[in-house]
Amino acid sequence: MYFGLSEDQIFFQDNVKKFLEDNAPLDTIKKITEGEDLSTKDELHQGLINLGINNILIPEENGGLGLDLLFASAVSQSLGEGIATLPFVGPYVIAPIAIKYGASDSQKEKLFNEMSQNLINCGVGFSEYFGSRDSSNLSISNNKITGRTLFVLDVDFASHVMLCDKKGQIGLVSIESKGIEIINLTTVDKTRTYKEMIFKDTPIEILDKTKTSTEAAEMALNAGRIVAAADSLGASQAMINKAVEYSKERKQFNRVIGSFQAVKHMCAEMTAELEPCYSLIWHAAHSFDDSHEDSKLMACLAKSHTSEVSKMVSKKATEVHGGMGFTDLLGLHFWFKRIGLNRHILGSPEIVREEAAKAQGL
Amino acid sequence: MNLNYGPEYEDFTKEVQKFCKKYSGVIITNKKGGALTSLSSIANSDKSDGVKVSRSEWQKILIKNGYFARSIPKEYGGFGGDIDIIKNRIIAAEFASNRIPPPMGGQGIDMLVPTLLELGTEEQKQKYIKPTLYGEMIWCQGYSEPNAGSDLASLQTKGELIDENWVINGQKIWTSTAQYSQMMFCLVRTEPDAPKHAGISYLLIPMDTPGIEIKPLVDMTLNAGFNEVFFTDVTIPKENIVGKRGEGWTVANATLGHERGSLTDPNATMNRLHMLIDRMKEETINGKKVIENPAYRDKLIKLQGKVMAFQSNSLRVLSAKLNKGQDVKIAGMIQKLVGTELRHELEGFCIDIMGELGTLFEGSPNIRDGGSWQFTYMYYLGLIIGGGTSQIQKNIISERGLGMPREPKTQQET
Repeated sequence: MYFGLSEDQIFFQDNVKKFLEDNAPLDTIKKITEGEDLSTKDELHQGLINLGINNILIPEENGGLGLDLLFASAVSQSLGEGIATLPFVGPYVIAPIAIKYGASDSQKEKLFNEMSQNLINCGVGFSEYFGSRDSSNLSISNNKITGRTLFVLDVDFASHVMLCDKKGQIGLVSIESKGIEIINLTTVDKTRTYKEMIFKDTPIEILDKTKTSTEAAEMALNAGRIVAAADSLGASQAMINKAVEYSKERKQFNRVIGSFQAVKHMCAEMTAELEPCYSLIWHAAHSFDDSHEDSKLMACLAKSHTSEVSKMVSKKATEVHGGMGFTDLLGLHFWFKRIGLNRHILGSPEIVREEAAKAQGL
Repeated sequence: MNLNYGPEYEDFTKEVQKFCKKYSGVIITNKKGGALTSLSSIANSDKSDGVKVSRSEWQKILIKNGYFARSIPKEYGGFGGDIDIIKNRIIAAEFASNRIPPPMGGQGIDMLVPTLLELGTEEQKQKYIKPTLYGEMIWCQGYSEPNAGSDLASLQTKGELIDENWVINGQKIWTSTAQYSQMMFCLVRTEPDAPKHAGISYLLIPMDTPGIEIKPLVDMTLNAGFNEVFFTDVTIPKENIVGKRGEGWTVANATLGHERGSLTDPNATMNRLHMLIDRMKEETINGKKVIENPAYRDKLIKLQGKVMAFQSNSLRVLSAKLNKGQDVKIAGMIQKLVGTELRHELEGFCIDIMGELGTLFEGSPNIRDGGSWQFTYMYYLGLIIGGGTSQIQKNIISERGLGMPREPKTQQET
């Protein structure tokens, strides 16, 4: 019995973390988010591709690494910790899982091969499946898609966008097709991009099995939720680390503020709540990899619980920094806002908890 | 990640399950000895068809089968097996899910026995361990005093060595089970001139010694779970000391971790969550099931997320005991804080889903589950405070876990 990350997983995770520390310090991230340094963004993406983050979930026979969701979750934690200004959950998690469970054998062969060589790259729009907002709607018929959807993720380097309708039917649209309108959505989180997309009779290639089964939509969403939770886990850990570090340096009343119980207890509370989230996310990822009957429940609990804990951490860690925490100068708000987005993408906590209740027959 | 215990444990699980089937509904006839047993008596109050055994017989049955005192040597009354954390976990899980009464716990078994095994003399081991394991010698813990709570090391109960005897004067408080106990292990200041941590000795006091007076202290559950114990010229033999003079603080700390871990069983919390869900399916508001009410439903799943996270965390801690080199320092440190707070929250939520009915107590008409939700809700508030309060736990996590500086000492202390 072993409960935790393997040496390989920790090694991969540390490599990603180190790469981001070396190449994407806060100043660089700030420039990217201000739209000033887009070539650096490309270089960072290429750097992570070189480490293999696009290939984690692609089978070995198609040129991928053939690893599992626990691996992807471990990597996602590092991306959250380093507030990486890069796509991950869409093209490298949801897309391959949807293809694994939803594509025909010939689709699988073609798509995985192209993905492993980074020839195609998928943004992902799944909002219609778990909860349409603002009367958005997608309708698919005769291999054409029409309608509008919000919060399409990870379109930055996309050649395609993978869309899921409310029935769980999943298809791929080339971003260069006619009849697509892409609208930039400006959220509080500038480290990643979010799009609104409008389609009019746009050609779509439906993943074959999703015409008759929601399994692919379910599994892809479960995977996306676990990995999004892991991103928040990493971001929250970064915020706690910064708060503890700051409290050991900042002096008031001739003492470092970290020697006051009020401050110590805030840090202890954050730690006591966040630490079990590691185990919950690993457990959920393991259930997913094991195709356990509880995998949907575990994914929902991991996403909703980590979202709540991360929200608390993002507030408290900012408070430990006092006024400095509120400034743009320190940049703590990048983590705060990333956690804020992770909370809502792929399902807000209340939505996800209701799904968890249904998943266990309640 | 590998959550399988391996094939050898499948056989063991079957063996334990067979045992549980045999003793299904067993009744323990005389279970005096502390709040924990009164809790389990409430939980089992609906069972009446099982075999009846005394507490001591039950302990012996469990030891014989290796389900209790597994790794304690035979010569001291134990089973004499290897330490096997997984087997312990299987036993606990099977007992909990089959509602088999767990082995007796309490201060003697959880704290004194490990202390004696580690630091006692051969004579002390021979004399005390076996009757303690059999439930025939009950122990209470004499640590806290009215003016020494969280700051335990400032305790003032005095012990003087006069004519080859210790003569003890002072007062202890929060002493669970003192009224049932034959013995007390007690921290006493024997070296008044030494620095506070170095002036304490760990003494073993027979409770029938003249000069001991016990006053019950009724707690909020209306049980006299605690006592005040007064010592007036209580005289005990010189050899009733564990460790050397002035080493009592170290002796006591050798096993303090046992208590903190034992207060929070994640399997019990998960079982309790399932009981909560059952109750939500049964209770109704205006004829509609509580489980269908969106507000209660959402809160339930919120709680389930916390329970699952806590249980997963404890799997990680278990894993680190089996796999050397796995780092779980913080994961282990948070268990007392998180486990007791979580259980208190869970019990309180079940009261809330029952509304006014949740307030019924002491055998009232319409009472649910024998009032166990109210009882446990209050009982766990006691556990949040006892064994190092939540605030002390937060000091430990921040100072030892996160490396934050200690509170500066007051002038008096320095």
